[in-house]
Amino acid sequence: MTGLAAIGFATPWILWSALALPILWWILRAVPPAPVRRRFPGIALLLGLRDRDPESQRTPWWLLLLRITALAALIVALAGPVLNPSRALPGQGPLLVVMDASWASARDWPRRIERVARALDEAHRAGRLVALIPLTDPPAVPEFRDASAWRERLPGLAPRPWSPTTDLPEWVAEVPAGTETLWISDGLARDGRAGLLSALSALGPVSVFEAATPLLALAPAEWDGEAVSVTARRTGGAALDLTLLALGRDPAGIERVLARAPLAFADEATAATARLVLQPELRNRITRFEIEGQRGAGTVSLTDDSLSRRKVALLTVREGTESLALLSPLHYLREALSPSADLVESASLDDLLLSGPAVIVLADAPGMTEAETAALLRWVEGGGLLLRFAGPRLAGAGASTALGTTLAALAEDPLLPVRLRAGGRTVGGAMSWGDPRGLAPFAQSSPFAGLEVPTDVGIRAQVLAQPGPDLAQRTIAALEDGTPLVTRAARGAGQVVLFHVTANAEWSNLPLSGLFVDMLERLAVSTRTSIPDAGEMAGTLWQPEEVLDGFGELTRAGDRAAVAGENLAPLLAGQRGPGPDLPPGLYAGSAMRLAVNATSATTSLTPARWPAGTPVQTGSDQPETPLGGYLLALAAVALMADVLATLALGGRLLAAGLALFVLAAPQADAQGFDPRILEATRSVVLAAVASGDAQVDQVALAGLRGLSNALFARSSVEPASPMAVDIETDDLSLFPFLYWPVTDSSPIPSEAANARLNRYLRSGGMILFDTRDAETARLTGGLTGAGRQLQRIAAGLDIPPLEPLPADHVLTRTFYLLSDFPGRWQGGTIWVEAAPPDAERGEGMPFRNLNDGVTPVVLGANDWAAAWAVDAQGMPLLPVGRGTTGERQRELALRFGINLIMHVLSGNYKSDQVHVPALLERLGQ
Amino acid sequence: MTNPAALRQSAEALSGALPPLLVAAEHLANSLLPGGHGRRRAGPGAEFWQFRPAHPGDGAMGIDWRRSARGDELFVRETEWQAARAVTLWVDSGAAMDFSGDKERPAKGARARLLALALGLVLLRGGERVGLAGADLPPRAGRAQAGLMAAALARAGGAAVEHGAIDLGAAPSGGHVVLFSDFLGDLAPVEAALAQASARAMRGILVQILDPVEEGFPYDGRTRFESMSGHLRFETLRAADLRAEYRQRLAARKDRLADLARHSGWHATTLHTDRAPAEGLLWLYQALGGGRR
Repeated sequence: MTGLAAIGFATPWILWSALALPILWWILRAVPPAPVRRRFPGIALLLGLRDRDPESQRTPWWLLLLRITALAALIVALAGPVLNPSRALPGQGPLLVVMDASWASARDWPRRIERVARALDEAHRAGRLVALIPLTDPPAVPEFRDASAWRERLPGLAPRPWSPTTDLPEWVAEVPAGTETLWISDGLARDGRAGLLSALSALGPVSVFEAATPLLALAPAEWDGEAVSVTARRTGGAALDLTLLALGRDPAGIERVLARAPLAFADEATAATARLVLQPELRNRITRFEIEGQRGAGTVSLTDDSLSRRKVALLTVREGTESLALLSPLHYLREALSPSADLVESASLDDLLLSGPAVIVLADAPGMTEAETAALLRWVEGGGLLLRFAGPRLAGAGASTALGTTLAALAEDPLLPVRLRAGGRTVGGAMSWGDPRGLAPFAQSSPFAGLEVPTDVGIRAQVLAQPGPDLAQRTIAALEDGTPLVTRAARGAGQVVLFHVTANAEWSNLPLSGLFVDMLERLAVSTRTSIPDAGEMAGTLWQPEEVLDGFGELTRAGDRAAVAGENLAPLLAGQRGPGPDLPPGLYAGSAMRLAVNATSATTSLTPARWPAGTPVQTGSDQPETPLGGYLLALAAVALMADVLATLALGGRLLAAGLALFVLAAPQADAQGFDPRILEATRSVVLAAVASGDAQVDQVALAGLRGLSNALFARSSVEPASPMAVDIETDDLSLFPFLYWPVTDSSPIPSEAANARLNRYLRSGGMILFDTRDAETARLTGGLTGAGRQLQRIAAGLDIPPLEPLPADHVLTRTFYLLSDFPGRWQGGTIWVEAAPPDAERGEGMPFRNLNDGVTPVVLGANDWAAAWAVDAQGMPLLPVGRGTTGERQRELALRFGINLIMHVLSGNYKSDQVHVPALLERLGQ
Repeated sequence: MTNPAALRQSAEALSGALPPLLVAAEHLANSLLPGGHGRRRAGPGAEFWQFRPAHPGDGAMGIDWRRSARGDELFVRETEWQAARAVTLWVDSGAAMDFSGDKERPAKGARARLLALALGLVLLRGGERVGLAGADLPPRAGRAQAGLMAAALARAGGAAVEHGAIDLGAAPSGGHVVLFSDFLGDLAPVEAALAQASARAMRGILVQILDPVEEGFPYDGRTRFESMSGHLRFETLRAADLRAEYRQRLAARKDRLADLARHSGWHATTLHTDRAPAEGLLWLYQALGGGRR
């Protein structure tokens, strides 16, 4: 399925028309584009010229190629090309879609659904009946319906967190012969698969869709006393780094990630184990493990009580004497509990309560102060389990109570499940008359129900309960003679349990027996590390608390019926997997919770093998894509390009388009520099600001050209040809002098341009504003339109106070000695920066030293540019004055211009020259 | 002048006192203020030229007594020679001059006629004698000549031939001649006319009026060029390829014109229809003034 093989055609015969392409080539080649007729007087100069390229007498090859491409694209487009055409040819008869829909399908469920949808669409087009059967939840009878009906039900399908049954399902018998089957497999080998396949193959062709991605499964967590280890398995593949997440509720009850651990699969490895060393508090909170980013029930591992270890507090007896360890009442408890529980020991009840234990064990410790009793009772009522053992002191305490006040005896001790009779009894001792008593079998209602009662356990001494109406109810274990051995009473949310014997072997050999440990487990004092066997499970009921769906999401079980332990046992033993009757989830028994996961450590992860000849699609092939639209678009684009190219060949393409290309090209390679800027940096360049009137701008440029010529001829300033600048965009700092003709329609500079202009003025630039209306201003005697516009322009500029050009201004002598500054007109007042009021008209010149003494602006109306203006040949462009006087006026205008540029370029140099005699005099000394 | 509007203009030009061309030319001519037409040498005229020591033979009337009173010598006050010249204008009336490369631009012929008439007006106003070659209008001074010239020029144009013939028969010997054409046709008649004019001691200006399109040759692609009269055809497949060669040839043509002019003591210039006519007029006026500034 590579290369051209991935493209199919709906109507391949259209492709035959491609044979006509060479003929078309030949015809097109012979016909060059039509010429443009143009009238042109200069034809005499053209006569005799030859075209450089005789080839172009024919259509250029690239134009031919373009046209042929367009046509070829059109032909191929009409043939209806399809990328990755689906191989399955429309078959006959009804279609049966079999989906494994197991936990292993969840990882790429959308792709499977998409594949099914495609199959349904195809079947719908072909008008075939379809039956869809999820193997994990099969109907009794296959339901052959129209594909569109299934299409509607498709979004409702979900994978189940269990595997299909291995038996041959009953519905196969109902499938009519000639049915084609599409099997959406989850990719795992399974016992019943071969049988079902052969049954379906007998009915009709079977094709298989199977994702090629490796499958992951998370085994239940294991606790080895130090660390929690979680093993993930997979079907194979390259090295893979995953993250294991331990999830649980934080103290606020919000579920969050409690720990993370890397899960690194080596190349080709099928298993990876993550070890988590966690604090007990954290570990106890973990409710499940997940692989980050993976979806499906297979990658979720629920934890039950096997991970959590309850904290058991032992109140050490305040013994005054050093006794042997074996005689210590706590010795056997420690031995029994330490493997499965965290023990806290202290002589102070306050300390124990502070550590927040689940169980507090009081072994023969009757003497509680009132405050301690109250605190302990509060703790029990809050859900704690108080486990008490009898002993000589408790027996003595009972006696004292009985002997003391009857009132006290009447008041039940809240920390004891039953009232005790004073003393107790001894049986089977040296001084007694009977044998040690054995235990009676546990009643069904007892938490110990089902535990084997060893025959060798004998009770030699015990404390006795006061008979009462509720004694039998509170007794959970009794001796053969019915004497209560273990009693229990609920106190609030918690309970108080009393063993009527000691916790050591003094009164009985119960602590020496295995039953003792089992009994502690049943009382949930310790949690079990082993899975209960079938015998233990017998007769128990397990209520599902939370169930896992196929995608690995936990949901509240709600009112699901409880499951009998007998059913649960084979699952725990690994003899069967979860199923519809036993969904994976958390099952709560009387004293413990059991987690049933979708996969166990032994679940087979072998990839499915299909018999040779079964067509197997992997999900990796792309969906089929019709290409006709793209090719039609390509043909259209090529034809449009052909139009442009033909226009270009005929010279009819808009000159604007060409100009655009021409303009764009140099900008690309000039590193973003305006070539004019480079030009302006080479030498002094006079510049004119756009006035908004093309005619005025032209004259201004011509004027600057004339002034530049005069400067070139007469002074050492050798300016380059002048430029027009745009104050909004151009870099002004390159120009020492700006000529700004102002008309009554001149644009007002923007804020940004004003800032640039002010910067320009402060850094020593000069602007000559010319309103070009001295004549009209003199006639009207008032402010002209251009003058008003100049006021508006100047409002945004940082222009110093101005005064009419004084007679001793340095402008009058920077190059020529001038007293009059005519342009095309004469007599307009010229304004320059005002001299400071304290300027002395003495030996020194009355100019400030600011800005090198160069006035930043000169305002006038004499239309100097018009007087300066010359054409390309250097001839004056516009007449000035009349006759020779006019020529004289033009000359004076030029002189003013030269003075102005000298002033700009050399500053107050001429002012300083007046000091030369004084300097020479000083040097002489 | 073939379209109705132009015909009407033409008719008005014939019947009205001020033809539109005359108005435009007057307007243009007003931009020039002709001063005295001094010859930069002593002679009859109104403007002072120089004082020179009196020679024997100078009349007593010629002696400037005010100047002579300053010293012992007698001085004669000489005035600048101001003589009216005879200027003959010729405007090519060939079909080639009807070309305009852009709707916005005037045709070359229109520009040539405008310039010619404006120049004539300026010269007439300066007291020169101005005539129109090829229209039987020998140089004459006076306002009436302006009207005749305007009428004759407005009539011109629309010829079937590509370029008009230069007929300098009516031009007086020793006068000035201004030839307006695009000079893109055969140069032989021009050379012949120039030789003839030189022989008759005429001086003048060759004014080549060109459209910017003729300068730039901005064509591309397969093009069939036709002359304005339709007589000549030239087809190319890639007009852009010819651009450089065309420009080369045009430059050679201009050089040839300049050479011709220089050898005859004439001036030559190239004016473009996209430039302001006043510019060209000023140049023409200055050039006719004999290089005087």
